[in-house]
Amino acid sequence: MNSSMTIEMPYRASGRLLKAPENFIDPAGVRQVFAQARQGRRDFIRSAFAAAGAAVGAAAAPLALAAGNPVPPSGGDANILELPEHSRGLGQPVATDGYGRPSKYEANVQRRRSPGLTQTAQSSVSFAPLQSLFGIVTPSGLHFERHHQGWWDIDPSKHRLMLNGSDAEIMKTPMVFTMDELMRLPSVSRFHFIECGANTGMEWGNVAVPTCQYSHGMLSCSEFTGVPLKILLDMAGVDYKRARYVLGEGADGSSMTRTLPMELVESGEVLVAYGQNGEMLRPEQGYPLRLVVPGVQGVSWVKYLRRIEVGDRPYGSKDETIHYVDLMPGGLHRQYTGTQECKSVVTAPSGGQVLQGQGFCNISGLAWSGRGKVKRVDVSVDGGRNWRTARLQGPVMHKCLTRFNIDWVWDGKAALVQSRAIDDTGHVQPSYKQLRAVRGSRSIYHNNAVQTWLVQESGEVKNVQLS
Amino acid sequence: MFNCRDLRLALLLAAGAVQAQPLSYAVYPAYPGIGRAATVKEVAAWDIDVRPDFKGLPQGAGSVAKGMQVWESQCASCHGVFGESNEVFSPIVGGTTQGDIRGGRVARLNDASFPGRTTLMKLSSVSTLWDYIFRAMPWTQPKSLSVEEVYAVTAYILNLGNVLPDSFTLSDRNIAEVQQRLPNRNGMSTEHALWPGSGLGKRKPDVAAVACMKDCADEATLASFLPDFARDAHGNLAEQNRGVGAQRGANTSKPASALSAPAAAPPRQAAPGSAAAALALTQKYSCVACHGIENKLIGPSFSDVASKHASRADAVDYLAAKIKAGGAGVWGAMPMPAQALSEAEAQSIAQWLAEGLRTQ
Repeated sequence: MNSSMTIEMPYRASGRLLKAPENFIDPAGVRQVFAQARQGRRDFIRSAFAAAGAAVGAAAAPLALAAGNPVPPSGGDANILELPEHSRGLGQPVATDGYGRPSKYEANVQRRRSPGLTQTAQSSVSFAPLQSLFGIVTPSGLHFERHHQGWWDIDPSKHRLMLNGSDAEIMKTPMVFTMDELMRLPSVSRFHFIECGANTGMEWGNVAVPTCQYSHGMLSCSEFTGVPLKILLDMAGVDYKRARYVLGEGADGSSMTRTLPMELVESGEVLVAYGQNGEMLRPEQGYPLRLVVPGVQGVSWVKYLRRIEVGDRPYGSKDETIHYVDLMPGGLHRQYTGTQECKSVVTAPSGGQVLQGQGFCNISGLAWSGRGKVKRVDVSVDGGRNWRTARLQGPVMHKCLTRFNIDWVWDGKAALVQSRAIDDTGHVQPSYKQLRAVRGSRSIYHNNAVQTWLVQESGEVKNVQLS
Repeated sequence: MFNCRDLRLALLLAAGAVQAQPLSYAVYPAYPGIGRAATVKEVAAWDIDVRPDFKGLPQGAGSVAKGMQVWESQCASCHGVFGESNEVFSPIVGGTTQGDIRGGRVARLNDASFPGRTTLMKLSSVSTLWDYIFRAMPWTQPKSLSVEEVYAVTAYILNLGNVLPDSFTLSDRNIAEVQQRLPNRNGMSTEHALWPGSGLGKRKPDVAAVACMKDCADEATLASFLPDFARDAHGNLAEQNRGVGAQRGANTSKPASALSAPAAAPPRQAAPGSAAAALALTQKYSCVACHGIENKLIGPSFSDVASKHASRADAVDYLAAKIKAGGAGVWGAMPMPAQALSEAEAQSIAQWLAEGLRTQ
C-alpha cells in the first residue's frame, strides 16, 4: 500500500482517458470494499511523510504551461484559424426552454450519493459538488439533500403553518397561516450557509471518502427569503418569560421535530422561509416552507414546516436523542448540539482531482462559522508547518460561506494543502489532533477539523489525514 | 403538546377567539387580516409531540404481547424479527445489559471495539421512542398506528431489549417508572458550547486551537488515506468533475500507477434500453425502496428475481406484467403493490432483470 503514495511516473501533460466502465456499484460490494479498506488501514504502517519543500511560493520549477496550449506546426490553433459553426450560423431562439438549464458540457457537475452510506434512498443524503462550484452561492439544483422519509412536492395552496403552545397559558392565541398570508407579511432576504451536523462525519476516525464532494458536500449556501419567526410569535402573543424553547415540525412522513432556543428566534435570525436564490424553495429543500436557522446544523432547518410550538422545556425528539447526539470519550453523548463551528476546506485543488501541470495554481476554498463572520483564513502547502493568509473574496457575511483564495506556484513536488479558518469570535479551526484530543474520534457529528489534501507528484490529489 | 387536561381551557379560549372576530385584531394589531386563531380541533390534529416529561402523551395502554403482533406484521420486514436487523436501518435492539439498566449508562458506548450503536444503547428518554413511532412509523405508512399499537410496540421493543418482562402492559400511568429502567437514561450531557442559546450548556468552546504561522508542527506524518483497491469505490472521479478549468477528475477506473494525464470524461448518458436507463427507472418509481440490487430489503433483491426467472422463455413479459400488476406469494407474504408506470418502462426494467442485471 505504501507504493500508492509514491508514484514515480513523471507527470505528463497530455493523454487520453479510456471510456469509463458503467458506474454500477451494488451496496453489498461497496460494504465489502469499505470493510477491506478499514482492515487495510489497520495494517497500514504509518509512514513518515517528508513534507514538501517549505519554500512557499519560491522560485518555481520550469513551467509546463505551453504543453497544454501548444502552437501547432501549421502556425496556429485550428480552433482559431477555422471558424467554428457557432461563429458562422444562426443560434437558437429565445425561450427555447422556459426554465433554462446548464450547458450540456456541465453534466458531470451533479449532486451524488455516497455508495454504501445508507440502505434506503428516502432516508438518505446527496452531496453537493463543492469541487466544481465558484463563489459562495450553491445553485438550487445542486443544493445537498437530506431527507428523513423521502421528499414531496406539496401544493402550496393546501399548506398551512400552525403556531401553538405546550400549554394554554404560554401562547395567547394558537394560530393558523396560509402561504398567501405568510407571503403578504414583510419579508427579508439573507445569505446563509446550511451544513449538516454530520458533514465530514465519515472522516472522524480515518479517511473514508475520496473527494470534497463526499467529505464536505453536506454544505450549501443560498439567499433565503421569508418572515422572521419572531413576527409570527408576536402576533400569537407568546409568554417569552416561560417560552424559552421552540419546536419546529415538518409536514412530511417523518414529521421531523427539532428544538431551538428562543434566544435565537428573538435575535430575529430565524426565518420561516419560502424563497431560495430568487425563486421559491426547491421541493427537495422543503417547498413551500422551511425554517432557516442560521449557524445551526441543517437538521434544525425543518422542511415542509407545518407547526411551531413554544414551550418551557426542550423536546428530546428522535433527532436530538437517537441521532444528532455526539458520542464523547467515556461513553457520554452530548445532547442538543446545534452550532456549526468555524470550518473551512480547500475545494480546488481537492481530492480526486488532477492538476494539469506545474506552475501557477490558484488555491481556492470555502470558510464559514455558525458563530458569526469569517475573519481570516490561512493556507498551508506543507502540512501545517508554515501558513500564509489567504485573500477573502467579498462579500463576507454573517453565518454565510466565504470564498477565499491564494496564489501558489506548484513545483511538481508532493505538497500537503490545508486551510484554517478563524471567525470573529476568535475561534480557530482545529487540526484533527487538537479536535480528537478533546472529542475522541467516534462522534459522527460536528467534525470541523482542518482538511488535508496531498498533491502527489503525478498531479493527482488524495484525501489524507496527518498525525 | 396539549394534553387532555389543557383541552377544556383551550376550548374556552378558542371558542371566544373564533366567535368574536374583532378580538383577533386586538391580539395581532400590526398585520390586520393575516392569520387566524387555530381551532381546538385543528390543534389536536397536529399537536402530537410528546416531551421527555410526558407532556402530550395520550392516555392509553398496550401490552408486550400485542406489540409482538404489531411488530411482526408491520415492523419486522425492515427492522428484523428481533429488532436487530441492519439491512434497512440501524439496529434498534442489542448492546445493552442488566447492569446498564441498573446504572442508567450503557457500558458498551465506551467500548470502541463494539461495532454498532443501537437505538436502545442511545435512548435516554422513553418519550422519544413513543413520539417517533407515533409520528413516523411504519416507514411507508406513517401515522397509521393507533395509540394502543404505539404503546404496545414501544413495550415490545423494550421487551426485546430485556428492559420489560413478557407480561408487561405499558401505559401512561407506568411509563415514568419504565423511564427509570432505560439502559442509557443517564447517558446524555449538555455540558458543551454547541447549544445555540443560553438555557443549556456552557458558553466556552471545548476545543481551543491557536493559529501558529511559522515552523509550527513536528514533521507531518501521513496517518490515513484510502487504499488503492478502494480507489473507485465512489465511481470514476473523472466523471464527477467539470471537463474544463484548472483541474480534472482523476480516472479512478485505472490504478493510480497507470495514471496518465487528465482529459475530460464525456458526460455519461443513459441510452434508452441500457442498464443505466433501467436503473434510473427503478429509482424513479421507488422500486429501490423495497428491492436492493444484491440484498433483500422488504422485497427480494433484483439479483434474486433475475436468477429465479433466468430460465423462463417469457421472462420479459412475465416480469413486466408482474411489475405493473403487483402480486404476492411468489416471494413470501409481503405483497407488492401495482405500479403506475408505462408498458415501455415496465419492459425496460423487465428486460434488464431478464438479462441478469446486465451492466451495460
